[in-house]
Amino acid sequence: MAISVTGLRRSYGDQLVLDGIDLEVPEGTVFSLLGPNGAGKTTMVQILSTLIGADAGEVRVGGHDVAAEPDRVRAAIGVTGQFSAVDDLLTGAENLRLMADLNHLPRVEGRRRVAELLERFGLDEAAGKVAVLYSGGMRRRLDLAMSLIGDPRVIFLDEPTTGLDPRSRRDMWQIVRDLAGRGVTIFLTTQYLEEADQLADRIALLDHGRLVAEGSPAELKRLVPGGHVELRFADEQALAAAAAVLGVAPDEESLVLKVPGDGHVRTLKALLDRLDAEAVEVDGLSVHTPDLDDVFLAVTA
Amino acid sequence: MTTYAVRDSTTMLRRQLRHLSRNLSTILMLLAVPIIFLLMFVYVLGGTLGDGLSGGGRRAYVNYVTPGILLITIASAIQGTTISVAMDMTGGIIARFRTMAVARASVLTGHVLGSVLQTLMQLIVVLGVAVLVGFRPDATAAEWLATAGLLLAATFALVWLAVAMGLATKTVEAASNLPTPLLLLPLFGSGFVPPESLPAGLRQFAEYQPFTPIMETLRGLLLGTPIGASAAVAFGWCGAIALTGYVWAKWLYNRDRTR
Repeated sequence: MAISVTGLRRSYGDQLVLDGIDLEVPEGTVFSLLGPNGAGKTTMVQILSTLIGADAGEVRVGGHDVAAEPDRVRAAIGVTGQFSAVDDLLTGAENLRLMADLNHLPRVEGRRRVAELLERFGLDEAAGKVAVLYSGGMRRRLDLAMSLIGDPRVIFLDEPTTGLDPRSRRDMWQIVRDLAGRGVTIFLTTQYLEEADQLADRIALLDHGRLVAEGSPAELKRLVPGGHVELRFADEQALAAAAAVLGVAPDEESLVLKVPGDGHVRTLKALLDRLDAEAVEVDGLSVHTPDLDDVFLAVTA
Repeated sequence: MTTYAVRDSTTMLRRQLRHLSRNLSTILMLLAVPIIFLLMFVYVLGGTLGDGLSGGGRRAYVNYVTPGILLITIASAIQGTTISVAMDMTGGIIARFRTMAVARASVLTGHVLGSVLQTLMQLIVVLGVAVLVGFRPDATAAEWLATAGLLLAATFALVWLAVAMGLATKTVEAASNLPTPLLLLPLFGSGFVPPESLPAGLRQFAEYQPFTPIMETLRGLLLGTPIGASAAVAFGWCGAIALTGYVWAKWLYNRDRTR
């Protein structure tokens, strides 16, 4: 396991922020912690990345206990926070070189890594500009590149796309996918359901300091009813005929029939075959699976 | 991680020196303070003050005021230290350093070494300006060496204090104001007029505050006035201030800032 957490508790004063968290993240997978603002996501990342201590529970990252061997953990991880942790007064290249030095890389190796990362993150042109002049997306990319200098096995991304424009967000997603493709374990927090859905192998929903649901995106979606196939018809006769065949109450105003179902190809085909057999003409069709928004609203309500 | 303590501290020092090179306007501002004090006291007030002191006029007053101006130089320079420490602490970069296998103290060591170098350079510039406006020390090589040693000790002590102040403040704005009283300390000491000329309460303060023995020792070394016990007291104060600043800074730095 890249990350394993048992019985983790943490409070600020008398406010309990994390209330008995258990989770495991296998190596080489993308795990997403999803939750609204104030759910405890950042606190979770701060504890996993040795920034703050836990009040109770056992936390192991990269095979080491965060309380007993923080430096071993630190050597194995990279952290990119919600607010960019770049040195504004240094250029992009200098920021990366600083990280290479602090990772104790030999000079030549360090230079090579810096050049490689500048290119990979599309920062070569801006390499000589001080970071304070960078756009939001560039800062975030530099921030992530700085986390990668030491070739970490586990990467924490705390809301990596918050505040980014859609294009920069997609760039960031592609970078995360590339990292995952290289076998790096990724622990991602986000408040965007779409982001977790796009990137994560497993998702846990955090609400008021507790994990309220956990599973693959598909498993989570299955938790909520509401999946249906929407059939549209050209006229009321066709609608009525279809309603009779399928035994579903029609919506006469919009000429639409909502048939409960999961939208799998096989059930879809069976459905259309039945209509075909009765010579009912279908004008249009769309499949609605519940998205993570539905899941989130259902489990946190 | 003690094996990397030296390497990490050097890295952090390099970072500070780069910051300095990007922050020349700030350095010029910090440098302007003692120079304005010097020019104002020498050219506006110096004639009268010098006459009152020894009958030597402006020429005598330049010599009298320069040791105080040197301490104002240090007090001004360390405002930059407090600001840059506070900027580090309020920004995200410190969190990044803390999640890396980096010698913990290296961040502070980098600030201290960088600030000491910066302050020493400013001292040299201000000393140069003082000579230009008529400062004529009669120190021997050994006395110059002792002067350098005392200025270094005072700088080191006040820089640690400034680092602690930078850690203690929550905003950069507050950090820039915190060391300001130190700028005025030479005025309420023997920096600009002899303490004997001050009214009773102020005189006691002037005689027992840390800057006075430092200024008296500098004056003795550079101009041959009697030093007496001032040297021992001066180094004692430097040691005490350095230790206080160091312990305070360490405590602030190691505490869990999120609690």
